Amino acid sequence: MKITVGAVVQGKSSLAYKTGNWRDQKPVLDIDRCKTCGQCEEVCPDNAVHVIDEVYVIDYDFCKGCGLCAYECPAQAIEMVKEEK
Amino acid sequence: MKKKAVPQADAFVSGHRACQGCGMALSVRHILRATGNEVIVVSPTGCLETFTSPYGYSPWGVPWIHHLFENGPAIATGVVAALKAQKRDHVRVVAIGGDGGTFDIGFGSLSGMLERGDDVLYLCVDNGAYMNTGGQRSGATPTYSSTTTEPAGRMSRGKTQLKKDLPAIVAAHGVPYVATASAAHIKDLQKKVKKAMTFKGPRYIQIDTPCPSVWGFPSDRTLEVGRLGVECGLVPLFEIEDGKITSVRRIKKKIPVEGYLKAQGRFKHLFAKGQRVEEIKQIQALADANIKRFGLLKKDGAGESIKK
Amino acid sequence: MSYVKVVEGSEAVAFAVKACRPQVISAYPISPQTHIVERLAQMRADGELDAEYVRVESEFSAASVISGGSAAGSRSYTASSSQGLLLMTEVLYASVGLRLPFVITGVNRAISAPISIQVDHQDTMSLRDSGVIQIYVESSQEAYDTHIASFKIAEDPGILLPVMVCMDGWILTHSYERVSFMEQAEVDRFLPPFKPPNFLDEKNPKTWGSYAEDNVLMEFKYSIQKAMLYGKRRIKEIFSELSKITGRDHGGLIEAYRTEGAEVILVALGSMAGTIKDAVDRLRSEGKPVGLVKIRCYRPFPHEDIWEAIKGARVVAVMEADFSMGSEGAVGMDLKAKVCGRPGAPLVLDFITGLGGREVNQQTVEEVVAEAQKALNKELPPAESYWVGLDPSIIP
Repeated sequence: MKITVGAVVQGKSSLAYKTGNWRDQKPVLDIDRCKTCGQCEEVCPDNAVHVIDEVYVIDYDFCKGCGLCAYECPAQAIEMVKEEK
Repeated sequence: MKKKAVPQADAFVSGHRACQGCGMALSVRHILRATGNEVIVVSPTGCLETFTSPYGYSPWGVPWIHHLFENGPAIATGVVAALKAQKRDHVRVVAIGGDGGTFDIGFGSLSGMLERGDDVLYLCVDNGAYMNTGGQRSGATPTYSSTTTEPAGRMSRGKTQLKKDLPAIVAAHGVPYVATASAAHIKDLQKKVKKAMTFKGPRYIQIDTPCPSVWGFPSDRTLEVGRLGVECGLVPLFEIEDGKITSVRRIKKKIPVEGYLKAQGRFKHLFAKGQRVEEIKQIQALADANIKRFGLLKKDGAGESIKK
Repeated sequence: MSYVKVVEGSEAVAFAVKACRPQVISAYPISPQTHIVERLAQMRADGELDAEYVRVESEFSAASVISGGSAAGSRSYTASSSQGLLLMTEVLYASVGLRLPFVITGVNRAISAPISIQVDHQDTMSLRDSGVIQIYVESSQEAYDTHIASFKIAEDPGILLPVMVCMDGWILTHSYERVSFMEQAEVDRFLPPFKPPNFLDEKNPKTWGSYAEDNVLMEFKYSIQKAMLYGKRRIKEIFSELSKITGRDHGGLIEAYRTEGAEVILVALGSMAGTIKDAVDRLRSEGKPVGLVKIRCYRPFPHEDIWEAIKGARVVAVMEADFSMGSEGAVGMDLKAKVCGRPGAPLVLDFITGLGGREVNQQTVEEVVAEAQKALNKELPPAESYWVGLDPSIIP
């Protein structure tokens, strides 16, 4: 593929780079405990928590497994689980 | 509170290469939510620039330019001038740079921009060292932090000087709005950014962005460490408008600085082989001075001059 | 209405820049370019120039402001000299790589230390590796015309590089000359508004300033060389196009002056070409077959055009006001590299003249011609450059 003039890059092109393969542990959300407070979505540095049809969903394509969502969840509804290989 | 969001509709999306738990990446997500999308962002060289711009993979959903290390503010000035000349000045310019590019090598460029009154919102994502290159000392490194160019050792206690008081220096330029914020207090950060966007002229927000990789704490404790910094008084959160302190975030429950220092590897030399009592006392004194200067524990801390 | 006026060289430049309708101008003072930015400031203060004018706190910022302006889609301009140009070095390299077009006047002046405000070409020569296009001018008229051409060159979609118009400090900037000015409508027809293919656009967000790995960096760098090689043809075309409008022909990438049948050909840049032309005329009238190749466009280096002009000569003497310490003069090195190994190539010699404002006059030229002819009778070419007029007795 040809290089661009001046190395200019299209915006949001990082979506092609799945950072999900960085993690060695993954957050698992217990929907029943979830109070839909929005903290997890707010504290994720990687924009990997989304609300779809009012349900909180983790985007495992991009989640790096940092654990912030689990640590900050006031309902303790997220558990960090070791990634199976 | 139910929120309906569309994945990746934000102006700062997934796929960037920040470390796990990066306080800077977290802050930038929310800065752009607060500024809205009619902005052009300028960044000097640094962590933010590097983790957002490997060729071909950019998370920026707004126009973004990285030029060099020393000239973030000057590039921003140039963009503002162009927008004005093209009558596109409904588009605002936001500069986001680290402490290296803001306190040190970009300092002259920043001062010029402030003195000229250029309409730029400059946010410093401050992790207290040159983190992109592994954690070398900067003017923003806090006292007695160990860094790779001023490491703790048998003959050294880490940095002995004070952290450069950049908010005061910026305020001394007579700009409309200066604030400090923290990645640990996201709603406060968003409020300050939104408020800054209502002013014209140079505005400065300095954000404490904890760095798990180099400060040395687990990646899930970024906000916890940030909170400790605020609650012990070492990271005062305040707003200055036209030279007067107009708000402070009061400390709910003051904690001794040890709580903050013990949580991070960069201060572990203060606790190894018997505590460095004198150094910890000095750090406590810095925290106490902040508490006094900004009225962090008082009910009414408003209206004080920024001068010490 | 086009008109003729006696103006200071700096003023001619300011008029040319104004006529090109820049949107962003940055200004930082340094002798001897300051008159240019002062003239532009006065024009703006009197409502004659509708540009954003930014007074910066250093030349690093002067070059940066116009880089930001260009990236955001505005035609941009600044001027500097000597120390200021060196301070801009990093910015110029970066803007080349990002393909941000703008025009800078490089008013030539010697470089510290010792500090000197007199003219030589060391400052702009030290930027020759950067990818900035460099055009040297001999007169204020040529400076006026070249600035107008330079915006068109810089902004050409196949070029998209900064252009530096190099003009001798004091000799051109502070002397008075009759200059013909173009009609504004003529300039507007020749130079349409700046329409970059990429710019910071909130409607189409893109990212500038990525880092590139080793699998692509070489290709990025070659694409600059490719733009420069394309530039050789395009720059000539643009000069020719402007020439047809103004009726003034300063030449293409070079001007070959009385080189037909010349045995000794001098090569030079900038205002000293004027002095050398007078010497060539006198020597020719004495029956000596001497000629001059005046290099106008120095980067990209127009070796094909130079070769056509010099190939019949026996010896070429480069006269230059710059030096690459530890080696020899830049232009000498460039030319020797291109003729090396070509069958029948003339002997190329390098002469260092005029450093720090030392006068280049008729005697200088005669000494160079005499030395060049002597060298023809030697078995080997001289090992080092010849520093004309040097007084070794005062060197410890």
